[in-house]
Amino acid sequence: MRAVYLKELKLNFTGFTGYLYGAFILLFVGIYTMAINLSGGYAQFEYVLESMAFIYLIACPVLTMRAFAEEKRSKTDQLLYSLPIRLSDVVVGKYLAMLTVSLLPVAVVSAYPLLLSGYGHVDMRSAYASILMFFLLGACLTSIGMFISSVTENQVTSAVVTLVIMLITYFMTSLASYVSTASSSSLIALSALALVLAAIVYLFTKNLSVAFLTAAALVGALLIAYAIDASAFSGLFPALMKKLSLFERFYGTIGGMFDLTAIVYYLSIIGVFLFFTTETLEKRRWS
Amino acid sequence: MITVSHLTKRYGAHTAVSDVSFTIEKGKVYGFLGPNGAGKSTTMNIITGCLAATEGEVTIDGHDIFEEPLEAKKRIGYLPEIPPLYTDMTPTEYLRFIARARGFSGAEARKQMNAAMERARITEVKDRLIRNLSKGYRQRVGIAQALIGNPEVIILDEPTAGLDPRQIIEIRELIRELGKNHTVILSSHILSEVSAICDEILILSGGRLVADDTPENLTALFAEQNGIHLTVKGALADVLSALNGLEGVEIADSREEDGRARLTLRAQDADDVCERVFRALAQADLPILEMARERATLEDVFLELIGSDKEEEAVSAEAEEPKEEEAAADGGKEEADQ
Repeated sequence: MRAVYLKELKLNFTGFTGYLYGAFILLFVGIYTMAINLSGGYAQFEYVLESMAFIYLIACPVLTMRAFAEEKRSKTDQLLYSLPIRLSDVVVGKYLAMLTVSLLPVAVVSAYPLLLSGYGHVDMRSAYASILMFFLLGACLTSIGMFISSVTENQVTSAVVTLVIMLITYFMTSLASYVSTASSSSLIALSALALVLAAIVYLFTKNLSVAFLTAAALVGALLIAYAIDASAFSGLFPALMKKLSLFERFYGTIGGMFDLTAIVYYLSIIGVFLFFTTETLEKRRWS
Repeated sequence: MITVSHLTKRYGAHTAVSDVSFTIEKGKVYGFLGPNGAGKSTTMNIITGCLAATEGEVTIDGHDIFEEPLEAKKRIGYLPEIPPLYTDMTPTEYLRFIARARGFSGAEARKQMNAAMERARITEVKDRLIRNLSKGYRQRVGIAQALIGNPEVIILDEPTAGLDPRQIIEIRELIRELGKNHTVILSSHILSEVSAICDEILILSGGRLVADDTPENLTALFAEQNGIHLTVKGALADVLSALNGLEGVEIADSREEDGRARLTLRAQDADDVCERVFRALAQADLPILEMARERATLEDVFLELIGSDKEEEAVSAEAEEPKEEEAAADGGKEEADQ
């Protein structure tokens, strides 16, 4: 794991990725700090980070696109397979290297509340809790991006797919709020989601019957639940999207609520995607 | 050292490697020979753990590559067909990563790196970016990578492909040197290369192992085809009459040119026949200007094996159904026997 970690760190900084990512984040933190704290006169550094969430959508794909897509393209993945190291170590090593890269701008940003406190009252607890959650949100998006990199064939596809997925996660709460609170509309929206899930299952397994079974099972379960208690479906879809959204949890902290379940949720998402990435690599040996 | 038994790899309906079994002994140089698409790379990828087999077993020094991959991989250095290089690194950085991944650190890692660089002769380019190196040097960096940790087995997939003649000779020399301290397996579709370097040759065709022997034995297999070319000063008719009485000699071809008789003889025991032809012609006072033995080259052997395999395939494809019936009948018989 250490070998992969050090190698990745090296590659991130011999190429442009590490610098580009750091510079990009710092540039926008600077712009927002200027606009919100200095010009706007707000004492809350959290508001800067709230706006920064959108910048992650562009920065994270840049950080993660290389991870496995490039190894595959240059055939260096064969080396990783033939070395006496576990695939899980490869995945964790790479992930930690990317986290280190994303930690650098966060470390610089950590100085901002202190600097700002010279000019007014800054709530340090709220500011640093927000910085922590900001970092964890980035860690979450990075794990998703790394997984997408492991299933795509080249960096560009990887970056574009990651961007699209992140845009969907970013906007899913506001989009879901357009679904009316009627029970039937929640049912329809959830069924549509079930079909999308089945389509993803098909993309990964290339097995039509498994995909059909998944779709049938999910939609069937929804219909049965709906038949038993239709009223429970009222407003369920927007509420569910809000619960699942990575960004909503972050906004909670910005609003002054430091929620441990949010941290647990982020860590679980990271764990799940690291596991998926390892399995994807393992599966490639079989195809 | 390495045992491969009943190895099969299928991609959907396509079978890349079919029921291949062989043993690799310590300290020899082995050559995988076969046309493109014969299953050489697939077999190597499975042995090194890069690819999972559909069926079959591979053990390296008693460690199963699927059950104990880490133990097995420690014993193998592998250079795939396309050298797996991080082109944004220098050879030093690259080899440092390999040394760390193989569990070395500090002074021991440096020792391993220096030894590998020296043996692969890349010390003079160790601080240049790999992307700026020539193809020959890149190949050497790939070989140096396989040498880190001094693994007992070194597997090289087409190590000379795409190199210029001088580089090819250098890499071959390097492989010969490696053969002194390691078990080496290399693949190639170049016959002369394999026959020049290898102690033993495994010929693959259409995913099956069609031959597994030393180059000498493989050519000897076809020794009965040996012919003798003869050029004699004198009239063809005289030569023919002089040779007429000789036993076990078949005259395959004869013609007369500028007062010389040119013949091609076929014989079972060429040594004996050469001697008797000499005596017979000497007695008839016909000077032999040239007598040359025609030996089967490895190329003939190769084409013969590949060719016969293709024919078999065609036959088996035509006669697939009856064969299955036969197999079923055999199975029935076995059951009855039991």
